[in-house]
Amino acid sequence: MRLLRQFARLLFSAAITVAMAGVLTAALVRFSPGFGVNEHALDPARDAAALRAMEAARPEQGNFLGYAMRQTAAMFHGDLGLSRNWNRPVAALLRERWPITAQLMGVGIVGGWALAVAFALPAAIFRGRAWRVLAAGIGGLLLCVPSAALALLIFVYAGPVRAVMALAVFPRVYQYLQNVLSHAAAQPHVMAARARGLHPARILFWHILPVAAPQALALAGVSVSMAFGAAVVVEVICDFPGIGQLAWKAALARDLPLLIALTMLVALVTQLANAAADVLTSKRSEARA
Amino acid sequence: MKHGSARLRRLAWVFLAVLFVAALFADLIAGASYAHQFRDFPAARMSWRFPLGTDALGRDRLARLLTATRMSLLLAPAAAIFSTALAALIGGLAGYCGGWLDRIFARVIDLMLSLPWIFLLIAARALLPLNVSPSASVLITFALLAVLGWAAPARVIRAGVRDIRNSDFLLQARACGCRGVRLLWHQLAPNLKPVLLAQFWTSIPLFILSEANLGLLGLGVSDPLPSWGNLLRELETDLAFNPGVVACLALMLAVLGCFRLLLPAGDRFD
Repeated sequence: MRLLRQFARLLFSAAITVAMAGVLTAALVRFSPGFGVNEHALDPARDAAALRAMEAARPEQGNFLGYAMRQTAAMFHGDLGLSRNWNRPVAALLRERWPITAQLMGVGIVGGWALAVAFALPAAIFRGRAWRVLAAGIGGLLLCVPSAALALLIFVYAGPVRAVMALAVFPRVYQYLQNVLSHAAAQPHVMAARARGLHPARILFWHILPVAAPQALALAGVSVSMAFGAAVVVEVICDFPGIGQLAWKAALARDLPLLIALTMLVALVTQLANAAADVLTSKRSEARA
Repeated sequence: MKHGSARLRRLAWVFLAVLFVAALFADLIAGASYAHQFRDFPAARMSWRFPLGTDALGRDRLARLLTATRMSLLLAPAAAIFSTALAALIGGLAGYCGGWLDRIFARVIDLMLSLPWIFLLIAARALLPLNVSPSASVLITFALLAVLGWAAPARVIRAGVRDIRNSDFLLQARACGCRGVRLLWHQLAPNLKPVLLAQFWTSIPLFILSEANLGLLGLGVSDPLPSWGNLLRELETDLAFNPGVVACLALMLAVLGCFRLLLPAGDRFD
């Protein structure tokens, strides 16, 4: 029951954040320089009635706050509006493109976590300095390369561009995971277990991972946002027709309905991922208690 | 171990200082302006005259790289100072005042952090004029980083201020009659300084990387002004392995590596 209440509270919090994201994006677009300039209106052949009709076709030009609120409310009911740039329903555009982004994000999250775990676990169990220096060196190096440059290099040299996703997520996850695992491995009860000569696997699964799990779960939630950031760059550089590329094109074309829908969608996904991580963490703590 | 780390940090300082001086005298060292075209030498390979070669328009790559370095080394710390100050103001107010103000700021911070950084940058950058002069594009790019980069530091600062607010020494200071600005200036600020410094140093490499990513996506500094982002775009056209182009990436790695070494030990891998 408590878990359900917590989940409801998290959902409410996510809904408020998502609504705020929608209104904020709409405000940013509306008040950005050059917004509302319509080159068709400059055509001297158009009379006053035609100009009025054009104005009416762009409801965001009038009472902006009312428009933004209506738009946001409609989105909560599933109506994502019509993309002005593509002249198609936003929902259809998202339906077409989400599998590509989801696949890229999946590769990024699974690959990044696999690499991070592969480097962080041995460092935590065996506490070898050389291994830790090597992993920190690789992670540090990857953190210093812009994801776009990495994607461009792999793309130009015909490498596996999806690997960029894993390489972009790995160093961020690794650094945090390594800290969490090292901290857990340095706990007195783990030292006592080592002193009693317990098998490293037993120490890992019974004494280190349970301590590190809550923070690792929180990190899993955050890595969704990391993966989406990397997906935007990879999709733009490598011309993958996913949601990241759509966001880039929407931003360049100042496509207000599309930009609001995408911002809300991204905020919703990251908030839900964080909420899921929070609920899992609480459930775990409850089970342990 | 500690000595080795201190030596590495010293080396990083020296490297950055030498590079900064070299970047300040870019035209003098390269012998040409970043915009000067050697029309007889387009896409020249590395030579004594052009140590990093020339780009497709015949511009000296060394001059352009040093000018881009000057821009990054000057403007990224400036943007970091601004965003840290903004974060200190927002995070400090939220943490110190508590109550509804804290809840509102916490919600805004959550909102900013719920959007992936690069998505936020792309969306915000595209809302600003794209057809602007090169110098305006530099200012817009770094101003954007400064204005949007406050959320993550603000969360850390808010937590730091809340800890200090609830600490025994602040309670004692209050009990001794220390109030208002005096309390903030003499008790809160000195204890918050390490947190602020850590956030400042963390922001610099983040901003340099973000500028490079924006430049590579075509939303950064516009030509003919060089930046690390638009220099790296040459990777797209220069398909053959060109050490002149790779030098830019290598220098960027070295600079960012140095900045990471300069981070306080606790924040280096957080």
